[in-house]
Amino acid sequence: MTHFIDRRLNPKGRSTPNRRRFIGRIKAHVREAVDASVRKRGITDMEAGTDVSVPRDSLSEPSFRHAAKGGTREGVLPGNREYRAGDEIERPPAGGGGAGRKGAPDGEGEDDFVFALSRDEFLDIFFEDLELPDLVKRALTGSAVQRPRRAGLSVTGSPANLNVGRTMRRAMGRRIALRRPSDAMLDDLRERLFALEAVFEPDAAQRAEILRLQAEIEALTAHRKRVPYLDPLDLRYSHFEPQPEPRAQAVMFCLMDVSASMGAREKDLAKRFFVLLHLFLTRRYDTVDLVFIRHTHLASEVDEETFFHSRESGGTMVSTALAEMNRVQSERYPASEWNIYAAQASDGDNYQGDSRDCQIWLESELLKICQHFAYVEIIGEAEARILRDAARGTELWMAYREVAERWPNFAMRRVSGAGDIYPVFRDLFAKRGEVAHG
Amino acid sequence: MAELLFDGPDWDFDTLRRTTEAIETIAREDLGLDVYPNQIEIISTEQMLDAYSATGMPLMYRHWSFGKQFIHHERLYSKGAQGLAYEIVINSDPCICYCLEENTMPMQALVIAHAAFGHNHFFKSNHLFRQWTDARGILDYLDYARNFLSECEERHGPAKVEHTLDAAHALMNASVFRHRRPAQPSLRAEAERAEKRIEEDERAAHYLWSRIEAEHRPQDHETSATQRRHALGLPEENLIYFLERHSPVLEPWQRQVLRIVRNLAQYFYPQRQTQVMNEGCACFVHFHILNKLHEQGRIGDGAMLEILHSHSSVLFQPRYDHPGYSGLNPYALGFAMMRDVQRICEAPEAEDREWFPAIAGCGDWRGVLKDAWANYRDESFIQQFLSPKVMRDLRLFALRDAESEEAMKVTAIHDAGGYHALRDTLARSYDLSNRSPDIEVVDADLAGDRVLRLRHVLRNEVPLDPREREATLACLRELWGYEVEIDEMLG
Repeated sequence: MTHFIDRRLNPKGRSTPNRRRFIGRIKAHVREAVDASVRKRGITDMEAGTDVSVPRDSLSEPSFRHAAKGGTREGVLPGNREYRAGDEIERPPAGGGGAGRKGAPDGEGEDDFVFALSRDEFLDIFFEDLELPDLVKRALTGSAVQRPRRAGLSVTGSPANLNVGRTMRRAMGRRIALRRPSDAMLDDLRERLFALEAVFEPDAAQRAEILRLQAEIEALTAHRKRVPYLDPLDLRYSHFEPQPEPRAQAVMFCLMDVSASMGAREKDLAKRFFVLLHLFLTRRYDTVDLVFIRHTHLASEVDEETFFHSRESGGTMVSTALAEMNRVQSERYPASEWNIYAAQASDGDNYQGDSRDCQIWLESELLKICQHFAYVEIIGEAEARILRDAARGTELWMAYREVAERWPNFAMRRVSGAGDIYPVFRDLFAKRGEVAHG
Repeated sequence: MAELLFDGPDWDFDTLRRTTEAIETIAREDLGLDVYPNQIEIISTEQMLDAYSATGMPLMYRHWSFGKQFIHHERLYSKGAQGLAYEIVINSDPCICYCLEENTMPMQALVIAHAAFGHNHFFKSNHLFRQWTDARGILDYLDYARNFLSECEERHGPAKVEHTLDAAHALMNASVFRHRRPAQPSLRAEAERAEKRIEEDERAAHYLWSRIEAEHRPQDHETSATQRRHALGLPEENLIYFLERHSPVLEPWQRQVLRIVRNLAQYFYPQRQTQVMNEGCACFVHFHILNKLHEQGRIGDGAMLEILHSHSSVLFQPRYDHPGYSGLNPYALGFAMMRDVQRICEAPEAEDREWFPAIAGCGDWRGVLKDAWANYRDESFIQQFLSPKVMRDLRLFALRDAESEEAMKVTAIHDAGGYHALRDTLARSYDLSNRSPDIEVVDADLAGDRVLRLRHVLRNEVPLDPREREATLACLRELWGYEVEIDEMLG
């Protein structure tokens, strides 16, 4: 009459599609929250969920219902102590009435509906702007790569993993130890028995011999049954253990022009550019160090906060940043131990004649040791319409173009919106294997 | 001394089976309950949260509002602001009963007696459930509904389906048949019907137009208003039903979506009418059965204490001025009333003989209660069975809050002069037509301005919430395609 079903092992996440629909519905708010936390957070800190707060109005599920006030209501309440029929009671100051108190359903007030966006959902929305191809998204969100590795033998496993050599060896050892009668022995006895049985009129000795042989054959057969050729005890399976792929360490240099011409919008775009490279690197390497180098006409290594938020005045000399990078790299990050990546963002301005120096720095020093060097020139939307031709641009742009033609590990791009950033890294994501270990 | 059914807090499936059998024996032989076969499913907390968010049903179509529910409950639960229900039981045949894996064995016994026998019996015997719900077909129907809606999403795009569902959900509570039941095919026949609807795609619209043409003839003008209303079957209390049949703008699949939402509203309607009775019945049953098992020595003292502890915290009724007060606790009220019926049948006092001459001292409390469970709903049950003793025990008093008066007024308390008034007031407050607004479609001139006219009958001058009203009207306009107006009329 009663059935019991154990549902505990059923697949989880029955509500996921509903949750996805819910997030879809409040996309605008979620996007806002994600953008805000991209601005607020550090580059390394990009991979956590975030709290999203949504005004309740946008989530209301209306229906015809009675107002909280007005009209005549009558209700019954429990726990009377002092009232008698006809007593009058002052109305409580707010709400109340006969309907009883109505608390906020979650104790957080009626204003906002707050919920936590998971890491995957966060990255999904972060990536959405960047227009990454799906394959790349998967590569970035996926966790550390694991490969099955041989790890000895085990007594259980799937038939496909049966280690035949080991299994047979153990079977043989057991057969020898337990003295399993061999086929040859039995055949020999049977032959002798056959021969004796063929004798037309056996004498007493022969008859006794026949009986003895029969008994012996029977005993041996029984023994063979007790000690089987292959016993479940002999089975050995190759055992595999998932092991994370060995990964090395990488350092990422963030170079940015911080002269006055770089406003909040430019810095925000630059930050997304750095974040993307950082996310990529954390997928590939166990440790990723970040070095922030800002420059005007002088370059210096700073911390992230200063890098993004403080302003400097002065001219612009890009080569100083490259020189600084070279200094930091040779002091702390020997190319033999570190994979070196660099990302540079600027608005393209440079001191007259300095671009040549940059070219020299890059070609003679940096590009020899860098896995990848990405450069973005951040321009306004209006400029983007004018500067459609990659063959024209500022002096720095022209100089870098020459470099790009000669060096495959150098990528450059003009960026006027978040969607333009990804193509800078296209090579990086396309030729992962080579580049990362090369 | 009989052997203990279980010992200690841990449970396994053997213990569960043994205990359920013992409970079932008492349920059938002592109480004479009639239940659907049980299907008891053990689920984890996460699955319980899942179940919460789909109105407790094991299958549900997909909609963002369920996602919102889930997130809401998950957050409350993870902050520790809210515990989880110990069980969820579904009015289906077989009766599905979810039990949380974290329950201790005494709790499992309590939950099984409560849900798998108490609620189950109520679902199977109460006339409202028998008449209005199809326990055998509901799971198939939900399965069909989910497949149909996901097909619609593929065919017409998720946004459109979501839009229609949003609008339909807004009208859900105003879309039940309260009194009559129009001839309708069984829920199972619906799948075939849906296919036919899609085939009749265009024809449905032509049908509407041809009717309008006919009514446009000038000589009909005089009588047209009454005739028109008659032809549309007005007035109509079930808003979705009306839209589904007569809306000039809906596509056939949208009508089918409306129909699904309406059927679900109807399926849940009896539960809204029998909260007190349903919970009271379940509590009464678990209390009786577990006490019996304890008397027989099959449940130990320690386990019984744990059971009583949970029992009494579920039945806790805070006083009206207690910070945790949130209205009368249906568990407490139902249980108190049913225990009192038992007392009146077995050991009545003079007062009871005067109030309940038919049952006082009859001794057959099982028969009386089973009859009540089968044939009443909250309102009529309170009207019939609320005894002075229960009113005194709960120290009930009636309070009137009228806009026209300076202060709130206590109209009756638990004394000889007040019992009747108190009972009437309480019964009325469980009348759903008092709880939810009374709105019906009164007119729609398809040949003329096409304005859909609704009428809200104000009871006790209680108005609609204005913001909600506007938002809901917007949903109605969406489904009707033209202007919608609502009049208020004093009832």
